[in-house]
Amino acid sequence: MWAMVRKEFQELRRDRRTMAMLIALPLLLLVVFGYAANFKVSSIATDVYGPQAQQVADRLQDPFHPRTVDPSGTRQDAETAVRDNKVDVAIVTQPSAAPVALVDGSSLFAAQSAVSAFNRLGGQVKVDVLYNPELKTSWVMVPALAGLILTFIGVIVTSLGLVRERQEGTLEQLAVMPFRPSDVIAGKIAPYFLFAAFDMVLVTVLGIVLFGVPFNGAVWIFALGAILFLLVLLGLGGLISSVSQNAGQAIQLSLFVMLPSIMFSGMIFPLTAMPWTVRWIGYVLPLTYFINIAQGVMLRAAPFTALWLSFLVLAVYAVVVFTGAVLRLRQDLAPNVKAESPPERASKTAAPA
Amino acid sequence: MSFGLTGVTVRFGSTVALDDVTFTCPVGVVSAVVGGDGAGKTTLLGCLTGMIQPTSGQVDRPDKRLLGAMPSTSGTWHDLTVDENIDFVAKAYGMHGAELSRKRDQLLAKTGLERARSRLAGQLSGGMRQKLGFLLAILHDPTLLILDEPTTGVDPVSRVELWRLISEAAAAGAAVAMATTYLDEAERASTVLVLDAGHTLASGTSDEVLRSLPGAISVAERPHDPRRAWRRGRLYHEWRPDGTASGEQTDAADLEDVVIAEMLQRREQRGATPA
Repeated sequence: MWAMVRKEFQELRRDRRTMAMLIALPLLLLVVFGYAANFKVSSIATDVYGPQAQQVADRLQDPFHPRTVDPSGTRQDAETAVRDNKVDVAIVTQPSAAPVALVDGSSLFAAQSAVSAFNRLGGQVKVDVLYNPELKTSWVMVPALAGLILTFIGVIVTSLGLVRERQEGTLEQLAVMPFRPSDVIAGKIAPYFLFAAFDMVLVTVLGIVLFGVPFNGAVWIFALGAILFLLVLLGLGGLISSVSQNAGQAIQLSLFVMLPSIMFSGMIFPLTAMPWTVRWIGYVLPLTYFINIAQGVMLRAAPFTALWLSFLVLAVYAVVVFTGAVLRLRQDLAPNVKAESPPERASKTAAPA
Repeated sequence: MSFGLTGVTVRFGSTVALDDVTFTCPVGVVSAVVGGDGAGKTTLLGCLTGMIQPTSGQVDRPDKRLLGAMPSTSGTWHDLTVDENIDFVAKAYGMHGAELSRKRDQLLAKTGLERARSRLAGQLSGGMRQKLGFLLAILHDPTLLILDEPTTGVDPVSRVELWRLISEAAAAGAAVAMATTYLDEAERASTVLVLDAGHTLASGTSDEVLRSLPGAISVAERPHDPRRAWRRGRLYHEWRPDGTASGEQTDAADLEDVVIAEMLQRREQRGATPA
């Protein structure tokens, strides 16, 4: 038996990815459940508009923290601030009536905390929950789930498809066939792109039909965000496949992308409830930005101008990751042949002296 | 016309994978490269396909469209049927219509795969999969056919059939470059290059390689010097560098004897203890 134990340790020591999982997974779970697993939002950014804005802002207590206090602001300004996800709560004061608190129902946990805090004030503030009046979890989860499903297909399935070529020795075969590397890469990725796009439409439509999730915004903004997000994911899948020799390795690495995406993207636990020691992980993940776009378009009908930062981040990600993946795959397919060199009928390759 | 490598050296970091190797593949014949694991056979074929750029030296090869290659893993797509594999490769080479139908039927008949057309490549036996890989490599009538250990792991009957197909491809006008670990197969090739750790041990026709034997081979039940002997069946074959057989039976050496003797000589020259 000891020989078996010794052999197992020797193999484990050389399997760096499994070792990394053995060490990283407990740490990740500890961090997640220690810091991130918190549904209670203790600080809510709040704008106050209207003639008595300053007086109301001065009386605000936890969890509300004033961001903008504008006595000349109107309800329109308040609605815009909430719609554009600048704040989760905007209070509009009126000369002869109780202030109205506009609460962003698409930020589910912040909204629940806000409504609960306003209720404790005994009707001093009239609460108006926008975009998700009944604070339904499914309305918030369906757009996020569309992103998670895309992550699953884009990263795991794409990396497996590419690794299969390497494992079966056919990547080598493709390299000697008269394909341009760009043809092989595009031909490999296009079916996964189409499948992922189909799945996303399916999930979104089913979410609308089964759970009554509204789609209030412009379809083209949602589609553009989905395309950018897909390019990031397919690029990640390509990068993972380029450093994996078999399916097991590809799945291991994909899990390193999937697990943090589930835990830190704000899909389950609100980012605003996390301390900055772990919150930054969420801001590194592409899924965080897609969820922002998907919830923004579907629930808040947010315009492009309100989501530009998420689009910019996804676009930069897409360019960097997808280019990296293409360059790595090109190395496998044409390791020494210049990309654009025209084919010759017969070539004499002489190495530099 | 011929293809091949001239004075090619390939380095991977500090490792010399090929050291000033010359390998010629004339059209119409089979040229074999033999050697043990790590000898440099696959690196040499990689230079011929263009997948590996030599550190120095010259490689002569045709355009990709006139090159056919079969990796040691057969190079077939396991989740495609035999027909689908053929269709995919044919499209890559721009073959279609009547030309493709004729060629497909002809090659399926030759390889004995007609009744396996709708089977997945992954469900074929090892020998059948190797034959499919070979079929894919010659589908477009390449000028240079590169085969990496096409018969390794294949049953004896399929080996014979594959060898027949390889000979026919050469007879039809292709230059065939083939890596193999089977020395009996290499003996059938027109020229043989023997590699050991990236170095050329011998090259030329089988006869020339046999004549290059340094010394003689003796056969006995008990060897004089076990460090220079190897077992073949019940008897020991022994390399005698001085050419003396000391009255023992001297057998006519074959390629296997010569390759082992050349390897022993090289290791002795490098100061290593003979096996």
